[in-house]
Order: sequence, then C-alpha cells, then structure tokens
Amino acid sequence: MTKLAQWLCGLALLGSAWAALALAPPGLQPPAPLRQALLPLPVYLLVAFGCYSLATVGYRVATFNDCEEAAAELQEHIKAARADLRRRGLRL
Amino acid sequence: MAPRGPGRVSVLLPTYNERDNLPLVVWLLVRTFGDSGIDFEIIIIDDGSPDGTQEVAQQLEKIYGSDKILFVFPSGTAYIHGMKYATGNFIVIMDADLSHHPKFIPEFIRKQKEGNFDIVSGTRYKGNGGVYGWDLKRKLISRGANFLTQVLLRPGASDLTGSFRLYRKEVLQKLMEKCVSKGYVFQMEMVVRARQLGFTIGEVPISFVDRVYGESKLGGNEIVSFLKGLLTLFATT
Repeated sequence: MTKLAQWLCGLALLGSAWAALALAPPGLQPPAPLRQALLPLPVYLLVAFGCYSLATVGYRVATFNDCEEAAAELQEHIKAARADLRRRGLRL
Repeated sequence: MAPRGPGRVSVLLPTYNERDNLPLVVWLLVRTFGDSGIDFEIIIIDDGSPDGTQEVAQQLEKIYGSDKILFVFPSGTAYIHGMKYATGNFIVIMDADLSHHPKFIPEFIRKQKEGNFDIVSGTRYKGNGGVYGWDLKRKLISRGANFLTQVLLRPGASDLTGSFRLYRKEVLQKLMEKCVSKGYVFQMEMVVRARQLGFTIGEVPISFVDRVYGESKLGGNEIVSFLKGLLTLFATT
C-alpha cells in the first residue's frame, strides 16, 4: 500500500467514525457534551498539528549545529593537501 | 600489490567542474584510508567538464596508481557506470566539492560492522551532525523540507536528501535498478526503496561544510522539483 493509500484509508476511517458520531440523526446521537466536543474536533486537530509543525521546525532550526571547527579543520587540510600534491608533481 | 580483502571500499566520485576540489578530495581520501588501514579504490566519473577536471583526474591516476585511482568516462548514469568498475564490497557515494569530509568514512565502516547494516547514511540532523556556511533561510528550508518528508514518507532515516552514504555493493546495485528520479529526489528515493526492500539503515552524524558562499543553490526551481518529487514518492511508494 502506498503512503497516499495509507493516508486515504486512515482519513476515511477517522472521517466516517467522526461523521457517524457527530452528524448522527437525533435518535442515535451521543450525549450533548460529547457532541459539542466532537463537532469542531477535526479543525482543532488541524490547528494542533499546525502548531506542532511550527514548533518542531522552529526548534530544529534553532538547534541546527554550526560546524565551525569542521570548517577550520578543512582549511588546514586543504593547505596540507596543496603542499603535498605539489611535491608529488601535480600541476594545479 | 596488496591482496583485495573483503573489506575493500570503492568510492564513487561523480564530478562536474571540480578541477580545484578533486585533487584535494582525493588527497584526503588517500590519507584517511591510509591512516585507518582500509583497503580502497577511488573511481572518478567525470561528466565532460569543460574546466579540465578530466586532466586532473588522469594526473592523479598517475600519481597514486591505477589500483587506487581509476578515471572513467561516463556513459549513462555516473553511479551505474562507475559501479561496473568497482571491485570493492562496499561503495561510498559522496560529493567531490569538499562539503563531505572523507574522515567520516571509517566511522561509516565501523557503524556498518556494528549493526551489519546494508546502508550507512551520513546525517546532518542528528547527534553532533550539522552544517557550516548556511544562513537562516537555508536552514529553515532544509528543516522544513525534511519535516514534510518525515510526515509524508515516515522513512526511518533522519536525513533523506543527504548524499554521503556507504552501501553494500549488491544493495546499491539493486536500488539503482529500481530508482528513477534525479537529484535530491533520487537520494530520497534510494532510502524509501531500501526500506521497502527490507534493507537496514544505520546513521552517522556528519558535518556538511558549504563553501559555495553567495551562490544560491536553492532557487525556486529546485524547491518546486523537490515538492513534485516528494509528492510522486508519496503517491507511488
């Protein structure tokens, strides 16, 4: 099953469960407080996911390592490499 | 000539206009492998660079010997072509512009032995991995794209667009047969297909040193093609 298919299945399952409970005809409705929470649930979840995404990406950008020493070390290595290669006869 | 052991590593270096960086990368590879006693060969595949990269590759082959450095003309995909000449059991793919430092290769090998992994992937996003030379915008795009990829593909690897990896030769061959995309998306596709085929992936934090200052390697076009590729993988794998 492709990821797209998995998502569609998941959404169809959750969607139908939500619809069955939240949009049920008067005879089969769950108690009022539950219905009140259920109706806006999809939007709540979307907003919650949006916040989670922003927070996660923000955190990851803030903690993205800056490799200062790696850059400095590379410069040293480049100097050594150039000198050695010249000795070995490479025409740079 | 030393016998070719089972741990021999073949480094595939596709190059394009790397006349200045190629000798440096090769020197670093030779030194790293020499210091750690790992049997190796370097296969340079140059895509007809107009700046004389081929000449430099041939000079390096003379200096270090054809047992260690092999220069081949490309025909078709550089990786597929290069693999035909590879005699090692492990293949390392990396960039030839010094953004990937050969010093991580012995760590890849150690990691591979540790978990008997089919693939070891260098990651910029975990542990003490990281980047140098990226501004805020670049970091934001990188992390944002990676987050999207994680949500949609749940790949089981933290750095999907990275191209510094070690593969078992048979694994790389299998993957090359199945992968169809190019560029960033190709690197992503390799990991996704690897997971589908049940291959195991280990990770090693690496530092990515971007020396191409001021040159915008991440334009609107690249972002669009990345998104197209991501959605294609989402819908087809």
